[in-house]
Amino acid sequence: MSGIDLRRRNFFKTSMGAAAVAIAPGILLFDAAHGKPPAGDGKVRWGMLIDTTQCREGCSDCVTACNKENGLPGGTSATAVQWIRKVEIKEVSTGRKMSLPMMCQHCEKPPCVDVCPTGASFKRHDGIVLVDRHLCIGCRYCMMACPYKARSFVHEPVTDQNPDVPRGKGTVESCTLCVHRIDNGQQPACAESCTNKAILFGDLNDPDSDIFRKIRSVASVQLRADLRLNTGIRYQGL
Amino acid sequence: MSAHPPMYFKNRLYYLLIAAGGLVALAGLYAVHLMEDHGHVITGMNNQVVWGIPHVFAIFMIVAASGVLNVASIGSVFGKTLYKARAPLASLLSIAMLAGGLSVLMLDLGRPDRVIVAATNTNLTSVFAWNVVLYSGMFALVAVYLWTMMERRMNRWTKPAGFAVFAWRFILTTGTGLIFAFLTARQAYGSALLPPMFIVLSFAWGLAVFHLVQTILYAWNEKILDPAIMQRKKNLLGVFIVGSLYMVVIYHLTNLYFAQQIGFQRFILRDGGVYPQLFWWGYVVLGNILPLVLIYWPGLGRTRCIFSASLLVVLGAFALLYVFIIGGQVYPLDIFPGYEASSSFGDGQIASYTPSPHEILLGFGGLAIAFITTTVSVRVLNFMPQDKHYITD
Repeated sequence: MSGIDLRRRNFFKTSMGAAAVAIAPGILLFDAAHGKPPAGDGKVRWGMLIDTTQCREGCSDCVTACNKENGLPGGTSATAVQWIRKVEIKEVSTGRKMSLPMMCQHCEKPPCVDVCPTGASFKRHDGIVLVDRHLCIGCRYCMMACPYKARSFVHEPVTDQNPDVPRGKGTVESCTLCVHRIDNGQQPACAESCTNKAILFGDLNDPDSDIFRKIRSVASVQLRADLRLNTGIRYQGL
Repeated sequence: MSAHPPMYFKNRLYYLLIAAGGLVALAGLYAVHLMEDHGHVITGMNNQVVWGIPHVFAIFMIVAASGVLNVASIGSVFGKTLYKARAPLASLLSIAMLAGGLSVLMLDLGRPDRVIVAATNTNLTSVFAWNVVLYSGMFALVAVYLWTMMERRMNRWTKPAGFAVFAWRFILTTGTGLIFAFLTARQAYGSALLPPMFIVLSFAWGLAVFHLVQTILYAWNEKILDPAIMQRKKNLLGVFIVGSLYMVVIYHLTNLYFAQQIGFQRFILRDGGVYPQLFWWGYVVLGNILPLVLIYWPGLGRTRCIFSASLLVVLGAFALLYVFIIGGQVYPLDIFPGYEASSSFGDGQIASYTPSPHEILLGFGGLAIAFITTTVSVRVLNFMPQDKHYITD
């Protein structure tokens, strides 16, 4: 059987080897890029319970803490970014006044995620709704879709960024629930800064958590509950 | 003076028009450059009014681009000879306006440099992502349709291509209407009526644009449009105007019936300052009643009247879109029903919006792109409707 052409066989072997060597780093890099499992296992759902009876009118400690933590300039013009804001409300029929902080409500079914053309708006497995700064093209459709006016468009060049919180002109951003702190086992800056303890942060799915127990024992509401978005932020005393 | 033949002046006028269009397009691009450099802070848009004048221009052009194809569809799908002769011009206008409208939309993005991201990352639940496919598909499909009409060997494919365009543009305008229909929380939007409303509006706006261009084209070529043809097209425009007004009335009527929408309706139709003014005077009177008078009043309805009526329909379209897009956003979101709200972020307040020269230039830049595309094309290729002896369909 001298008809077997070993040179040809060797050529194929070498080619296969070369191809494997050429492709392997790419595959490994691809794995490295996509290999990090998505945060959260779907069992945790981060959320907040805001006690409006404890929230003082005129106090804006949570806003200040948020701006500092996330490197936001803290302006209040119509084009300034505001991830959290204090809203003063007055019941039309009774005149009862309340003050409360408003931010991204981290919906279970977020309209911003549904409408985002590129998938830049996304929800982590632990319920935190975020914007991928590399994918956002700045179309602002999410801002049109958000029922809570929670999102801001970056209208101006950004300076003095916090390395943990990358931002960029021409993209949309909103409250991240201080995801960089949560991933380090800390609380969101607003919750930590509230001297009246009006903001209770925790895992809405953990029966042993304070927030779980409190939501079971006191009446709380979701804003625009009629939209059935199942928000992660609940309000008490509204 | 008379040393030059008339053609000489016409040629000069042609180049002058192209130069003027080019200048406006360049000014638009320069405005975009400034917006890129400084950010959208130099526009009138803000965190409450996130879509402004550029979107009014873009949506007008995209909706009219779909509607103008009605002329082609009546020819290719329903076999009317009169319209068949006009299908190439209608297709050209569609491509031109689509190019203009999409340019404006794209250049208004916060990150227009990332347009490739939009092309390579698709979120299937997003109607915007569907529209990326619908708009580019429309572009390609109309180009093919045009080719089958203008290349004699491809003529036998005109009918299937015409059918495909017919179906595609319905889906496309539905997609444009769905952009607003899918917004759950805004008083002005979130209605299933919007896609059909946009379709009927597109008929009127598209035909109006077609009339304008056709009239100018005939005048330029020193030809006279058969009055019988004019008569039929004029009646069609009248029907479309009435149809679109009907849709707009029903949209507001349903809103007026819902208690939760009454505040918004009062604002947009009565108390909102510039918005009710634009709605009643701009859209209803100038954009509908006056054109209908020009079309149907005994003794009127001649070429010049129809030209004016078409122009008014286009102006009315801009008025309506301004009220719909911007008026719909300045009205605050009702986050706390039953409460008055105030905050540093404009909660509970009517927002203000004053378009800046940058965004107006961007809008006109888009129109200029459509204008240049049309003007150059009708010059280098034969888009003049070739009416054989008038045939009754």
